[in-house]
Amino acid sequence: MHKKLLVGTRKGLLIMNRDGGDWAVESAHFEAIPVVYSFRDPRTDTIWVSLDHGHWGGKLHRSRDLGARWEEVEAPKYYEGAACPPDFSVPAKTNYIWLVEPGGADEPNRLYVGTDPGGLFVSDDGGDSFQLVDTLWHHPSNTHWFGAGRDHPGAVAIQVDPRDSRRLTIGISVGGVYVSMDGGESWEARNRGLYADYLPDPMHEHGHDPHIILASPSNPDVLWQQNHCGIFRSENGGLQWRDISDKNGGPAGFGFALAVDDQDERVAWVAPAVSAEYRVPVDRALVISRTEDGGDTWQDLRRGLPQANCYDLVFRHALDKTGDTLAFGTTAGNFYVSDDRGDNWRCLTNNLAVVYSVRFM
Amino acid sequence: MAQVKFTPNLKRFFPDLCECEIDACTVAEIVTAVDNRWRGLGDYIIDEQGALRKHVNIFVGDELLRDKQTLSDRVSADTKIFIVQALSGG
Repeated sequence: MHKKLLVGTRKGLLIMNRDGGDWAVESAHFEAIPVVYSFRDPRTDTIWVSLDHGHWGGKLHRSRDLGARWEEVEAPKYYEGAACPPDFSVPAKTNYIWLVEPGGADEPNRLYVGTDPGGLFVSDDGGDSFQLVDTLWHHPSNTHWFGAGRDHPGAVAIQVDPRDSRRLTIGISVGGVYVSMDGGESWEARNRGLYADYLPDPMHEHGHDPHIILASPSNPDVLWQQNHCGIFRSENGGLQWRDISDKNGGPAGFGFALAVDDQDERVAWVAPAVSAEYRVPVDRALVISRTEDGGDTWQDLRRGLPQANCYDLVFRHALDKTGDTLAFGTTAGNFYVSDDRGDNWRCLTNNLAVVYSVRFM
Repeated sequence: MAQVKFTPNLKRFFPDLCECEIDACTVAEIVTAVDNRWRGLGDYIIDEQGALRKHVNIFVGDELLRDKQTLSDRVSADTKIFIVQALSGG
């Protein structure tokens, strides 16, 4: 089980550890700079950090000594003349670096980066340089991409199949799910079974809004998706999706964050909120919902979480799991941990800045 | 040569940043020149399409830069350039 956490907040990066007791902040980095995402690449033992300077643009930093020293690398850049979907009237530039993901175990120098305005970038030199994945950027369906909550679409989810590094699943918000079987040379949209209630035709082939997509490690054909319009699960790599939002009146439906179990492809957790128009916790009570049967039923886990006057949301990359331990941070700067798969929670601190990203390292 | 000053806030990322003199005809040439001296500094001032970042200002003398897309504003030998972040909250 991992014993350290990377917590990206609006005011910097915290590294927490639990050596000899409960989780505590070990060190703080990038003081006062918004940290969008941070993770440790286990292949190279490198920590990656995406920054969102308010003034100076999105930047990438890495540390090869677990945070003792940091090095800025050149952030991904759109080429001259690139323009933003869907109407291509605005020049494309890297507005925001949503996440960095490692390539497969057999390609230690490969990294992927997802950006606003929707471009996926790839590096084959360990992150020294990045190239726009043109095949996806120019996918003929990109006229159905658009921004949601931001001005432009974002590449917000990247999954590399551990059985075959050439199999990639990408989430574009808003755009939909794209799968490549050949390392990014070609792409097909896989949105069957999703619906989008904000479109004239909710079952349209394109224009869906995956907030996050994760594959079950024990069976990577099982994909989970927290979508703008509910929670969806696929058992065949996205060829067909099934709506698994709670049909029994429970809160699991709209939300951003998602975690899946390492061992059991039927188990996942979400952090529900009231629909897009409101974006507050359901009944102003913080809850994590868990399914243990592939989404047929949901359990609402509330023990230790505030159940009144609560306005915390959990952003898409701000929930993570290792072993039986889950951790999440909220938009109100609260941070919670459970050591029993979500049955009981405890608050570690109430005083962080907005939490964007939580990853065990 | 144009005199170029920077907001002290940029010293956090470029610790040896200092006021300098640049021989240039346009603000775009000045950005190129300071990027050559402090590698990567240009990316903090302009985006990859060459436009001024949204929350960065450049004063040319006492006036704000006019051409924020290509930074074609002319500079002369005695022009003072000040590169500064826009004011913002939070």
